[in-house]
Amino acid sequence: MSILLILEQVLNGLQFGVMLFLMAAGLTLVFGVMGLINLAHGALYMVGAFAAAAVAGLTGSFLLALVASLAAAAAAGAIVEVAVIRRLYDRDHLDQVLATFALILIFSEGTRWIFGSFPLFLDVPDYLSGPVSLPGGIEYPLYRLTIIAIGLVVAAALFWLIARTRIGIQIRAGEADREMIAALGVDISKLYTLVFALGAALAGLAGALVGAIQSVQVGMGEPVLILAFVVIVIGGIGSIKGALVGAVLVGLTDTLGKVFLPQFFGLFLEPASATSVGASLASMLIYILMALVLLVRPSGLYGGST
Amino acid sequence: MLTRETTLNIALAATLLAVPLLALAMDEIFIITLATKVAILALAGVGLNIALGIGGLVSLGHAAFFGIGGYAMGILAAHAQNYEPIMEVPFLIEGTNQMPIIWLIAIVASALAALVIGALSLRTSGVYFIMITLAFGQMLYYFAISWSAYGGEDGQSIWVRNEFPGLNTLDPIQFFLIAYVILCLVLVFSARLARSPFGLALAAARQTEERVMTVGLTPFHLRLVAFVISGAITGLAGALYADLNRFVSPTMLSWHTSGEIMVFVIIGGVGRLFGPLVGAAVFILLEHILGGFSEYWQIFLGLLLLLMVLFARGGLIGAIVGREVAHD
Repeated sequence: MSILLILEQVLNGLQFGVMLFLMAAGLTLVFGVMGLINLAHGALYMVGAFAAAAVAGLTGSFLLALVASLAAAAAAGAIVEVAVIRRLYDRDHLDQVLATFALILIFSEGTRWIFGSFPLFLDVPDYLSGPVSLPGGIEYPLYRLTIIAIGLVVAAALFWLIARTRIGIQIRAGEADREMIAALGVDISKLYTLVFALGAALAGLAGALVGAIQSVQVGMGEPVLILAFVVIVIGGIGSIKGALVGAVLVGLTDTLGKVFLPQFFGLFLEPASATSVGASLASMLIYILMALVLLVRPSGLYGGST
Repeated sequence: MLTRETTLNIALAATLLAVPLLALAMDEIFIITLATKVAILALAGVGLNIALGIGGLVSLGHAAFFGIGGYAMGILAAHAQNYEPIMEVPFLIEGTNQMPIIWLIAIVASALAALVIGALSLRTSGVYFIMITLAFGQMLYYFAISWSAYGGEDGQSIWVRNEFPGLNTLDPIQFFLIAYVILCLVLVFSARLARSPFGLALAAARQTEERVMTVGLTPFHLRLVAFVISGAITGLAGALYADLNRFVSPTMLSWHTSGEIMVFVIIGGVGRLFGPLVGAAVFILLEHILGGFSEYWQIFLGLLLLLMVLFARGGLIGAIVGREVAHD
């Protein structure tokens, strides 16, 4: 096993982690600020991917497709927030789970109605396809490298937004004490819609970016949603920093586990059973990681007490 | 005097028995199968209702126990039909096609899984608990997909339905009666559990945790026991469901299944003894009425569910009998 292969897999894990961060950031913001658990976040990821695929099909421009994914997911998020979600802030988690589960059914079947059951394809544009040579002689797909870059830029922008801007101050204040900031004259319901739409836009962007690697299909958001839950449970709910650390941890663990566990078991098992044991264990690895984190820190790596 | 809810419950139990008997008289075998499905899914919901309704534990991972029950049946029956022992060293374990043994193993296996998952997830509460139970359910789902020995993603088919001593399980009405009797027994058990000192303490832990601790009880232990009982019942339902379909696949473990089991409980009314039966019946009816009318029937299910959550709290039983039973 060469060092190049390991480095390549580390980059793959990082790319996966960065995507998870885009999903997890929205979830953790919405939970931190509004106290809402949103199962329909994966549906917004799907909306972004479908919008991108549709616009790319019409115009042929990947950049426009990305813009469309952001806009469509943000709009869907804002509409859903105004129509449904804002009635759920004062409800218990059970109602939130059910209502957002209902939203998933509506979004998934609605998308199937409009676009049909067959997957759509979103092509990587020419200027981003093909490999690039990295220092050390690694050949790595330019598109995946671009995803890592976009993810890191978004993460930096989000930290800046939360830490340095007026909106960020209001968001943090909303997390700490919502009555108080309402009393200080901040339009809290507008702020909530904004935060929800922001989270939705990030999920939509993730959907579009991943849609160009995988296929764009109904239900694509749900596996990612559950991974994003694992990420924020590990990172600590409400913490953007926790979401970033958790996402990279989960991305690396999952990717490296899938590649190296079968090889590891191959050292002392016969090839067929090594592959199957390794693959089974690799699929469970991130959940084991989550269980371990919970044993040590029940409220996640960066979570406060809940 | 009977309360209105008890009267309604008796009527519901009688209806569930009467419909397939009528269908038998009219030779409508399909309706018997639907009623069996309702009874089994209601059983899964009754299991969840112990954790959710009495204990207030919002578990979004009950598909794990449903699926473990299903796989217990699938694995035992698969080995029985191929005449291959499950293991030979250190001692011989063979498959079986006897339902009582399969049920026992399904119950034990899902109870053990609930013990491990519960012990880990109950260290947390609220939204963490929801996400963690969801994640553990998903872990088993992916495990089942990659476990090629029992069909992996394609699932495991069983050619002949398992046997119950003295009955012909391939006769739909006899299999229905098996499911119906089990459902009734578990309902009685669940009703007694809710009124037992344990059930009262569990409900108290949901309402005011501090008070329960003050009298010297540990909420964690109460909840863990409730979670294990809940998982075991849902596991039993899983074994029956797999037997109904003569098929088990990772779909039984998927989180949509968890969501659906929860939907049964909610449609009927959280904490209502017969809530899961009403919910499962309504769900199956909707599936067949709306499903015949549009391929995209789940949109309407989603809308209905959304309206129920937003405007009709307390579920259908709550809407019919009102809030005569104090819960929260």
